[in-house]
This record gives sequence, C-alpha cells and structure tokens, in this order.
Amino acid sequence: MTIPPPDETTHAMAFTPEDLPTAASFFQPHRILLMIIFAGIVLSAAWFMRWDWLPQYLPKLGWGIVVTLAMLFSTAFLGFLFAVPLGLVQVTGPWPLKLLASGFCTVIRGTPLLLQLWLLYYGLGSLFPQFPEIRNSFLWPYLRESWPYGVAALTISFAAYEGEVMRGAFAGVPAGELEAGRAFGMSRWTVFRHIWLPRAIHRALPTLNGETVLQLKSTPLVATITVIDVYAVISKVRQDTYLTYEPLLLLALIYMCLTGILVILFRKLENRIPTRGA
Amino acid sequence: MADPAPFINWSLLALSPPGWGGVLLSGLFNSIQIAVGGYSLGLLLGVGGAFGKLYGGPILKDLLECYTTIVRAVPELVLILLLYYAGTDLINQALGLVGLPSVDISGLAAGIFVIGVVQGAYSTEVLRGAIKAVPAGQIEAARAFGMSPVKVMGRITLPAMLPYAIPGLSNLWLIATKDTALLAVVGFSELTLVTRQAAGSTKAYLLFFLAAGALYLALTLVSNVFIGIIERRARRGLVKAA
Repeated sequence: MTIPPPDETTHAMAFTPEDLPTAASFFQPHRILLMIIFAGIVLSAAWFMRWDWLPQYLPKLGWGIVVTLAMLFSTAFLGFLFAVPLGLVQVTGPWPLKLLASGFCTVIRGTPLLLQLWLLYYGLGSLFPQFPEIRNSFLWPYLRESWPYGVAALTISFAAYEGEVMRGAFAGVPAGELEAGRAFGMSRWTVFRHIWLPRAIHRALPTLNGETVLQLKSTPLVATITVIDVYAVISKVRQDTYLTYEPLLLLALIYMCLTGILVILFRKLENRIPTRGA
Repeated sequence: MADPAPFINWSLLALSPPGWGGVLLSGLFNSIQIAVGGYSLGLLLGVGGAFGKLYGGPILKDLLECYTTIVRAVPELVLILLLYYAGTDLINQALGLVGLPSVDISGLAAGIFVIGVVQGAYSTEVLRGAIKAVPAGQIEAARAFGMSPVKVMGRITLPAMLPYAIPGLSNLWLIATKDTALLAVVGFSELTLVTRQAAGSTKAYLLFFLAAGALYLALTLVSNVFIGIIERRARRGLVKAA
C-alpha cells in the first residue's frame, strides 16, 4: 500500500503560475468595485490599527525575511539533490535499495514535519552531548546551534516528497528515448546525464515548483526551535507590544508577497524552457 | 560511553500514570477528533466553494478566489494563529454586543474551526477540478429531464465527480491528520504537544518522539487501507487509466 501520488493535490494546494491574475482581468466593473472596497478596508486598517512599532522592528524584519529565504532555498536545493537518487533508486535500483527508499518516503510523508523537527532538535540534540567524540569534533559549535536541525528536518521532508515526484518523473520518460541513447553507444551514465535526468526534471518542473511554494509555507516551523526567521521576529513583536492582530496581518502579507514573487519567478523559468506540442 | 538506559526504558510508555502511554493515546484521540471534524467542515466548505466558483456570480467567484488564494499563499501556522485568536475574539465580541457574558471557546471547537477553514480552501480546488471532469453531456441530460439544480447536484454531479475527487480528497485527509500537529503551537494538547510534555518531564526525548511518530505513521497506514477500499469501490465500472 503506497500513498497516492501527490501530483493532483500539489496542484490543488500550491499556488501555481496559472493562478496569477492577468493585467486585463483587473478592469471588469465588479472587480473595480471590489478593489475599492478592499482598498477601503486596507486604509482603515492602516489608520485605525496600531503600527507605531513598525519602524523600530524594520531591520529585524528584513533580516528575518533573509533567514526565511535562506532556509527555503538551501533546503530546497539540498532536498532536491537527495530526491534524485531517491527517485532513481525506486525506479531502477535493486530491491533492497528500492524498499529502503520507498520506506523512507512513506515514513517521512506519514508523520508531521513539526514532530520530525522536534525529534531532531530535542531528541538528537539531547543525545549528542553524551558522546565526547561529538563534543570534541569540529562540528560541535554548529550542533549547539538550532539552525542545522531546522535545515536537516526541512531537507529530509523536502527530499521525501520530491523523491516521490522524481520517481514518477523518471518512470514517465519514454523507454524509446533511453534505448535510442544506448543505441548511439552512450554509456549508461551519459544516457542518465544527457537524456534521463533532463527529461525527468522537465516533466516534473511544475510539480517541483509547486512543492517549493509549499516548502515556503513550512519554513515558519523552524521558529519553534528558536531559529529567528520572519515568523519568530513577529512573535517577538507580539510579546513586546501585546498586539494580537497587527503583527500577524503583516506576517500574512509578507508571506503572500513572498509566494507571489516566487510564483512569478517560476513562471519566467517555465516559459524559458521550450516545450513542443501540448 | 553514553548510558543506553534511556532508550530501552519501556516502562515510560506504560498506559497507567507513572508511564505516559495513556496520555499519548488520549492525545492521539484528540488529534483524530480534530482531523475528522476539520476534514468534515472542510468538505462542506469545499462543496459550497466549488459550486460557487463554477456556477456563482462574478462577485461570489472573486471572493472565493480570494479565500483560496490567501489560504494557499499563507503558511498554515500563521493562519492557525490568526483564525484561533480572531475566531475566539469575534465570537466573544458578538456575545458582548448582545449583552451576553464572554465564553471560553473550547480548544477542540477552535481547532476544528481552523483546520476546517484551511481544508475548505484545498477541497474547494480539488472538488472544482473533479466537477469540471464530469462530462457536460450528463449534466445537460439531467437538466433536459427537468431535474432541479439541487437534484442534478445530488444525483449526477456529486456521484459522478467522486472517482476524480477521491485521490485528491484522500491526500487532503492525510494532510488534515498531519496539520493537527500545528495546533501544538497554540497550546492544544493533541499528540505532538503531549509528546513534548512527556519527553520534557522524563528527558526521554527520542523514545517519546519516536513513539508519537509510530502513532502518526500507524494512523496514515490504516487510513491508506481504507482509502484503497473506497477508491476501488468508487472506481468500479470505470475503465482503468492507461
């Protein structure tokens, strides 16, 4: 029994380039009315709510956004590097590796990310100091920080979801293309490097982009293990000022902007890669 | 060398009070309650949202678009905080307006509400895609026979879209079970939070987090068995996809 393929829900859940509004779609009469009402709500929020704390925290917020983005891109990149062998092994590997890889994906995808994060941070974090070998190693200064655990948990989770996507993408490349490569005398490695991997990434690109947008939504979890990302900065503001809504609304706005920018970048990327036919 | 005793101290997982097994199981029960409640509420919102998005007027369509866009672009953690505070606050303010004393909203109700609102946006998208996959001729035929829109929905659209919707909806159920873990952040004692409390007070972090992981995994695997059965039942009589 395997978990059903994630593609449908990824597309349902992640904000994809097809969801972006076009310029022309703004100029319909009812939309102009709605936008005026919306602008009124925003203005009254800006006028009646308390925003005097904002200038003081602006530098910290900017730094928090940088940390969030660093978390996103580093874990997406590392996770993708792990996902390629995970997917490949499940398609062509010997059965012990196949079992291991699919077991890994099932376990990671079957448990909440927050639990994995806390398992790594509190579990391993409480285990490591007991070993003098680890305490004396060059890694120790990093292992005492919290961000390596955040990066590790987000990378593992991304790799497991992506591994499943890459498995489908590798399996979906037509066998004839690989056979043609072999018939031209390419070695198995050359076939993989020049045909199989690029074709698989091309097929999986929209899903990969969707998963990256979902990964952005997972990054605030690292704030629960004391990494100071933008979510943690807002939590600090809430503690300092006793305000409930203003910081959270600003946070939602920041994440919406980040998602929007990410999706626009992905649309540019997808448009640059030529696709013949449908 | 480290003392291996904390790993194998299984008595910590005993069901009766010196062990924490009973606490973990009640946490799991809370998680399942929230997941079931939130998923059901999400399905209701999703059916309404999908029909509104497909057949509603232009203003309704735009408002629903805003709803699904916001939920899909803002992290669940932020939404849960916003909805949790805003939801309880609004209810108490409304009660204050009509002169009633403010009430303490139970964590369970608030949790179901926030998970339901988040799930509603996702199921709107899943169901909208599934409804669009129903051949238009079938709906037109039902209209031609004089069925009212409600009857068309009950007899044709909903049953016919089910096979298309089930893979997405089953994934949403799995997401709902895992999203309940986020309620730990607002202090609702579901499985993840009680695990952390148990681990914190006994210092057996690995044991408890692994045990909770096993419980979540068991929930997912059991769900998968049922999903397989439902899927086979819903797809009976359909041609297998190539």
